[in-house]
Amino acid sequence: MTATADYSEKIPNNVDLHEDRRLQRALESWQPNFLNWWESMGPTLPTEDVYLRTAVNVGREGWANFGHVAMRDYRWGIFLAERDQERQIGFGEHKGEPAWQKVPGEYRADLQRLIVIQGDTEPASVEQQRNLGATAPSLYDLRNLFQVNVEEGRHLWAMVYLLHAYFGREGREEAEELLHRNSGSDDAPRILGAFNEETPDWLSFFMFTYFTDRDGKYQLGTLKESAFDPLSRTCEFMLKEEAHHMMVGTTGIDRVVERTAQLMIENEQDDVSQFGAISLDVIQKYLNFHYSVSLDLFGGETSTNVANYYTAGLKGRWMEDRRKDDHRLSDDAMLVDAVLEGEIGQTEVSALVGLNTDLRRAYISDCEGGVKRWNKILDDAGLPQRLNLPSIAFNRKVGAFAAIEASPDGQQLSADEWTKKQGDWLPTDVDKTHVHSLMHPVYERGKIASWIAPPRNGINNQPFDYDYVHLS
Amino acid sequence: MTGLAVEEEPSAPSAESPRVEFQVEPTSYQHWRLDFDGPIATLTMDVDEQGGLVPGYELKLNSYDLGVDIELYDAVQRLRFEHPEVRTVVLTSGKDKIFCAGANIRMLAGSPHPWKVNFCKFTNETRNGIEDATANSGQTYLAALNGTASGGGYELALACEHIMLIDDRSSAVSLPELPLLGVLPGTGGLTRVVDKRFVRRDRADYFATKSEGVGGKKAVDWKLVDEVVPRQKWADTVAERAAELSQNSTRPDDAHGITLAPLTKDRADDAITYDHLRVTLDRATRTAEITIAGPQADAPADVAAIHKQGAAFWPLAVTRELDDAILDLRTNELELGTWVLRTTGDAARVIAHDDLLLANDDDWLVNEIVHYLKRTLKRLDVTSRSLIALIDPGSCFAGSLLELALAADRSFQLFGVFEDVAPDAEPAAITVGAMNLGPLPMGNGLTRLQTRYYGDDAAREAAEARVGDALLAEDAEQLGLVTFAPDDIDWDEEVRITVEERGSFSPDALTGLEANYRFVGPETMETKIFGRLTAWQNWIFYRPNASGPAGALRKFGTGQRADFDRKRV
Repeated sequence: MTATADYSEKIPNNVDLHEDRRLQRALESWQPNFLNWWESMGPTLPTEDVYLRTAVNVGREGWANFGHVAMRDYRWGIFLAERDQERQIGFGEHKGEPAWQKVPGEYRADLQRLIVIQGDTEPASVEQQRNLGATAPSLYDLRNLFQVNVEEGRHLWAMVYLLHAYFGREGREEAEELLHRNSGSDDAPRILGAFNEETPDWLSFFMFTYFTDRDGKYQLGTLKESAFDPLSRTCEFMLKEEAHHMMVGTTGIDRVVERTAQLMIENEQDDVSQFGAISLDVIQKYLNFHYSVSLDLFGGETSTNVANYYTAGLKGRWMEDRRKDDHRLSDDAMLVDAVLEGEIGQTEVSALVGLNTDLRRAYISDCEGGVKRWNKILDDAGLPQRLNLPSIAFNRKVGAFAAIEASPDGQQLSADEWTKKQGDWLPTDVDKTHVHSLMHPVYERGKIASWIAPPRNGINNQPFDYDYVHLS
Repeated sequence: MTGLAVEEEPSAPSAESPRVEFQVEPTSYQHWRLDFDGPIATLTMDVDEQGGLVPGYELKLNSYDLGVDIELYDAVQRLRFEHPEVRTVVLTSGKDKIFCAGANIRMLAGSPHPWKVNFCKFTNETRNGIEDATANSGQTYLAALNGTASGGGYELALACEHIMLIDDRSSAVSLPELPLLGVLPGTGGLTRVVDKRFVRRDRADYFATKSEGVGGKKAVDWKLVDEVVPRQKWADTVAERAAELSQNSTRPDDAHGITLAPLTKDRADDAITYDHLRVTLDRATRTAEITIAGPQADAPADVAAIHKQGAAFWPLAVTRELDDAILDLRTNELELGTWVLRTTGDAARVIAHDDLLLANDDDWLVNEIVHYLKRTLKRLDVTSRSLIALIDPGSCFAGSLLELALAADRSFQLFGVFEDVAPDAEPAAITVGAMNLGPLPMGNGLTRLQTRYYGDDAAREAAEARVGDALLAEDAEQLGLVTFAPDDIDWDEEVRITVEERGSFSPDALTGLEANYRFVGPETMETKIFGRLTAWQNWIFYRPNASGPAGALRKFGTGQRADFDRKRV
């Protein structure tokens, strides 16, 4: 019984872990495997400690406890947003019924699948980013990378908690598998393709956290609506942390653009590569790439699975409670993107079947905010150049546009034209090599790499030159 | 006859109808007479036209419905247990010129699909029981067709060992279902004509399309009957043949039957309670939980004591209760799609009772009890419900009762004990016993262990080698005797999710799935009847060509012709 006494200390939680025998038993065997995974697949740069935020409870103060922590000793906790005792199901055929506190047998398989897919992405990004520490542009950025990493690890814990607490033996088996699939592995890759690409450099990292983590935000947003209350509450708390990851991406790209603009003005030329920075056209190519592959993560324009999930109450829409309709959608229709007789256009489908498109559109309008923000930096610097989101048909491998090629402005192209011109729009080997060549580590307090501007603010009111990371 | 004014899927015998009870007694038979003359019993079918189980049809021409067959089943059972002196049962008709016209067509046409399916299943089981009596009880059935036997009437005769047909130049045997009704003879007729009586298949084909049937010498030549007898000699020849058939019987001299007293049964809307068995009906989860109590006392000392206890002897008592519960649930509780099987009691006592039975298998009553248990377990096998066995501390899945877990589609055995409830309890165990090794074969002719380990003799032998050992969950799971062995932490959720998930699937698809997986291996007459014949029949029943407004079943007796969709499917 002594073992159970440290649980709250070792694993901060608000799920009454100390009195839940099933959960204790499950975590007892899972935790060592998780730590092994972290050691072998987590960040490769050896560190003594890192100035990290640790969530110790879900309250305003509790979720942001700062201090220097050895990453191996990071306290990955289990937190769900506070339970609303009155919560009712907000959509689908069970609308108005009390939210489920247990998994209904009828939906066990679907819920488990949704959680496994979500859970699979969390450790994947840690794996994708494991070598980035070696080329961090500053200690501040290095710390942010590690913060993102430990929190993705915690999100894995969150999904594993659900599998352990609610899905019995099969849930435990799935939780174990989450540690055995690895990003980029030939034998057992991560479930979603985008999570098997290594994040090769810091520009990619910022783009990933801006665009791909934002897909995660939208997926979590739909799961937050779930009739299965523990899933809903877990996702609500995860969204809070996800917002921080996106801040890292947003301000990261801000600072790259800012540095580029500064050098463009100083040197009165567009090509800043010779000054150890990244030209705007290369930034645009990286943006094009990450945006288009992230659009693919939303799946095809239509999906009967997602329609079934909605009707069953498993997965709602983004901001479901702000939608002004019947929240059942059984009689509604919507327009989704399509290729009609070879032309890019739209076609009408039942609203239920088009829910992927609905979510992708919410995501796209969110992404436009980032572009606006970066363009304001260019504008403030007095530069006429602008960044743009490419057409929804550009560089797609999933959905209606997978079968065609299109330019960033939405013009359809023949395969030949695409082959000839894609180097203008997507990072070429030359671009990648150049970006890669800029990636030299800067581990000195208060110093920063040549290709990026320092942040305006430090972490938790600390200055930029704070000792955010102690390397070993 | 007036037309069948049934345009919609009829709902005659439905949830609103009174609950069907399967317990009857000879003194209250409406449709049958039993007469005894030494070793010969005569079972005379004399159906009361107005005695239909539900309103809406008349049972003309000795046609039958479920009520008629419930009495027949009772008679066959009582002949075995109450009349050890009977060696031949003459099955004949109390009507002039007609033996039996089969299942009542207006009843079939007016019945919803589940009723038809249930009815056919029960009648098939009864006919299999008749064959079982001939094969294993020393009670040989002789069909004395003193008039025409058509459709189900001829199928009833086919279940008998010897078929005599009166030769009056008009009586015949026939299977007119296909030409007249657009359905199949659904009580084993097609199967038995070729598989049991060895009628050549082209003749069988001709016979089954010829509504007037075949009589006289041709019926004998084609092996459709064993003999035809002129009217003048009928009574004497039947008596003579009955006497001959009684010669070879294994039935004892000077034995006394036991009385199958009415069961103590309390039937409520949410529970059925017997002495040793209780069913809890949970309509919210669409589940029936069947809990069987093991023996309350040690096994009696010897076979004489079994006779003395009679129907109160635990194995017989519990089998009768299980039999009745299965029939009740199957007929009256269509929406309870999952049956959870539990036991409670002392495994050693179950094994002791089994051993007593097996040590005395030359005793006629013991023989009857074991065969009755075998038939009842077969009933479970062909039941269109998901069967889930829960093996927890205090249960007694041993020997004969282990068959319940082996019959189940899935089984769960608790690993360890319920720590919070009874930490000091003995962990749940199962015991393979001699009863699992042969005396209780399934319809496919294999034991449930042979079926379970089909194609893996080594695994079966490993399980069989553990006879007598109380197997805890870890061993039982490793040997493959149970499906899952969750511990107490997981138990409730695993079971809940399994039951809920099962209840969410299509009931029809589950029925098909279970029926396919339960019967591996060789085909027998029984598996053909419950598989091939029944599945085709149920498909045909559902097709518009039979049950649509213009279908043959609906148009029968209206003077109108069926209007078929001519596409072959």
